[in-house]
Amino acid sequence: MIPVCWKRWRLMKTSRPKFKVEAVEFSYSYGDVTALKKVNLGVKKNSLITIMGPTGSGKTTFLRALNRLNDLVGQTSHSGKLLLDGKDVYDRGTDVADLRRKVGMVFAVPTPLPMSVFENVAYGPRKKRVTSKGAIVELVEKALQAAALWDEVKDRLDMPAQRLSGGQKQRLALARTLAVEPEVILLDEPTSGLDPVSTLKIEELMKRLAGSYTIVFVTHNPQQAARLEGEVAFLYMGEMVEFGLARELFTRPRDRRTEDYITGKVG
Amino acid sequence: MSIKDKPGKQPGNRPGNEPRNLMKQQRQQAVRSANLRKQKTAVACLSMAALITGAVLVFVFGYIIVRGLPVINLRFLFTAPLRMGREGGIFPAITGTLVLTALSILIAAPLGIGAAVFLTEYTRETGFSRAIRVGTETLAGIPSIIFGLFGFAFFVIYLGMGWSVLAGSLTLACMMLPTIVRTAEEAIKSVPLAYREVSLALGASRWQTVTSVVLPQAASGIATGIVLATGRAIGETAAVIFTAGSSLRLPHSLMDPVRTLPVHFYILAREGISPENAYGTAAVLLIAVLLINFVAHYTVKKLFGGGGAAGE
Repeated sequence: MIPVCWKRWRLMKTSRPKFKVEAVEFSYSYGDVTALKKVNLGVKKNSLITIMGPTGSGKTTFLRALNRLNDLVGQTSHSGKLLLDGKDVYDRGTDVADLRRKVGMVFAVPTPLPMSVFENVAYGPRKKRVTSKGAIVELVEKALQAAALWDEVKDRLDMPAQRLSGGQKQRLALARTLAVEPEVILLDEPTSGLDPVSTLKIEELMKRLAGSYTIVFVTHNPQQAARLEGEVAFLYMGEMVEFGLARELFTRPRDRRTEDYITGKVG
Repeated sequence: MSIKDKPGKQPGNRPGNEPRNLMKQQRQQAVRSANLRKQKTAVACLSMAALITGAVLVFVFGYIIVRGLPVINLRFLFTAPLRMGREGGIFPAITGTLVLTALSILIAAPLGIGAAVFLTEYTRETGFSRAIRVGTETLAGIPSIIFGLFGFAFFVIYLGMGWSVLAGSLTLACMMLPTIVRTAEEAIKSVPLAYREVSLALGASRWQTVTSVVLPQAASGIATGIVLATGRAIGETAAVIFTAGSSLRLPHSLMDPVRTLPVHFYILAREGISPENAYGTAAVLLIAVLLINFVAHYTVKKLFGGGGAAGE
């Protein structure tokens, strides 16, 4: 009895979680449709990982499980563990709002809230009960600069955000997320509706931000995954097929399905 | 059109096919002219329907105004009635209508909006929420006299409120609830899901999402529902006679009985007290309803700009 406890205590004391985000045998299903099958994945702190896979492979489900946005959907079930800093996000005691502040998300379709550019970025901090006007102004400017949008909108912060261009909207969504000061940023095919130039801007931003945030970038596009460098995970039909550094995975794929996907035979 | 009409299927320039082509052309011609006839009939019928609707409106409105307007002057609007309404004005009735309507909105709007928010944002489609929905829908179809009877039995007698502003307002609020809940629900549902997701993903709580994103977006739709319900309440007669009474005196507290404009009109006309003053009252009511609708519409447009969720 005692040694067991001792071991546990040692474990708790000494082992800091190796990964910022970790999935252990994580499965997720909607009703009787299984979206993720025993996924194992570890993401180190302040690194960039790209999850690629065809439509319906479970990429979005993974992201939305991680910030528990899938709670909105009825009749879901999950098993295994999904850890953030070593703590299961599905633990009973999880404060979901707090979790979502730590794990920010940028959606596939850029959706500015129906308010001004400034208010869009200030939205998160305000909900976090940041009340001082000065602090909010500062946060907004910092976030917009980090998202490389500041120069384009600094003179028209009061403009309705709907009037921004598609690429700007998506960078606004990123700025909005950054303003909450998250630790992890999830991006769900953020460039799927953007032109090549805007896409490039987002990709460059990702590489720049990777040093200070843990970034999980989802895409269906293998070229994009290659461009983003960092680590790549290939998700196919809810299974984690392969996981590794981009240059290795793209030059020497171990699995047949990965090879087919990156050479464009399937997907 | 059938498969036969597809150009690829018909080897048109073979000589043997000419009579068949001719027949086909004739047939198409016939179909075309039949369609044209139908089109013309439809336009005629529809424009007739629109015309009749317009005419009814103009006729009713014109009739009341023409008969009522001569009676209306400042004295009529701002003095108390004399000799049971044969002479004098309708000031107490105007006050009664305003107070009763305002109070019933104050009671029904928060309740209705609250229920709608609960049904749309806080519950999934369960037996409970479905039961509430069916309940409100049934409530909307119940004749107002039944509401009056209920108000009389429950508020007036059982709760001992007597004929009073409060009992009347509560009864009217019950009548307004279904309309407000239904329209508010529709308005809230029309707010794109993406807004909620964005708000939640930024760490806002459910309640914060409702108050800062969903309700502002649904506001114009909700306001329209309240105006609609108000229109029904302001013209309500049966339920009001039962619950607010028909006192001709100015109310001094919530527990005083009042008479509203429609009740005043009803009594004047029914008892043959003064047809002129009855029409005057009706005209005032009609103009008030129009005014309220117009002002509400204008304010909603000004405040929320056109459609509810016109964001995307």
